[in-house]
Amino acid sequence: MKFGVVVFPGSNCDQDCLYVTRDVLKQSVKYIWHKDTNLDGLDCVILPGGFSYGDYLRTGAIARFSAVMKSIAGFARKGGTVIGICNGFQILLEAGLLPGVMLRNKGLHFICKHVYIKTENNQTRFTNLYDRGQVLKMPVAHNEGNYYIDAAGLKDLKDNNQIIFRYCSPEGELSGQFNPNGALDNIAGIINKKGNVLGMMPHPERSSEKQLGTEDGCFIFKSIVKWLQMRKA
Amino acid sequence: MIVEIYITLKKTVSDPQGLTVKHALESLGYKGLTDVRIGKLVIIEINFKDKKRAEKEINQMCKKLLANPIIEDYHFKIKEQ
Repeated sequence: MKFGVVVFPGSNCDQDCLYVTRDVLKQSVKYIWHKDTNLDGLDCVILPGGFSYGDYLRTGAIARFSAVMKSIAGFARKGGTVIGICNGFQILLEAGLLPGVMLRNKGLHFICKHVYIKTENNQTRFTNLYDRGQVLKMPVAHNEGNYYIDAAGLKDLKDNNQIIFRYCSPEGELSGQFNPNGALDNIAGIINKKGNVLGMMPHPERSSEKQLGTEDGCFIFKSIVKWLQMRKA
Repeated sequence: MIVEIYITLKKTVSDPQGLTVKHALESLGYKGLTDVRIGKLVIIEINFKDKKRAEKEINQMCKKLLANPIIEDYHFKIKEQ
């Protein structure tokens, strides 16, 4: 399978994403500079974490007008697999490829720690190797992860099973106590209606090897590979 | 002309930064504060003679990039030089 990792000025998880797909998953992968528009031959595009354009104005607000984003919108429209992690998630929201918006963390702090998230929907191309309700340990590192959407939007997300991950306790209990940033309804990750675009705040690329304390994140990438292989077979 | 654009969070959106500043002001002894909201001020110098045209373009800029309509409101003042 062929992965592409987008590089914006200020991306800083691009190398980790490339490393995981190439060295851990043994897949083919290349960088896509934000001025490139050619996504031919790619099966999956990864928008990595970081601080694209210095987070100026609003997180992701400037990156979403990069040349590459037009191609990614077209790629997504045709059913291509897109995953946005952290700043990548913020860019997908600004671009309107996912609904909602990120506010500043409720406690005003930049949060950098391991959290637990619950797999709310495992019937997706990103989560097919997890069990429903499985609790995953992954790190977060962000200042704007306080997900917000209006009441009608939240209902829509619920009605269509678009909430994929929620912050929880190590045992899987959902409550405000285990919500690191104030995100509405403990939302840590959502998918679009079509099911081919995922955005999540926790970093699966930083939790894909035992040496890092958790390899729970690796199964997101492995799920994608499995799904793509099944579709191509 | 100079355009001052004010961008603020919608009333329905919580503003943790504003709330923290409110608490800080109260701890300094200021009383009677009912709300504090933090916003952004963008100052644009623009080489237009036509005010109507400037208004139209500034509105577009705000909708496209400067404000996120899901959470933010904006208004602006045009100042002749």
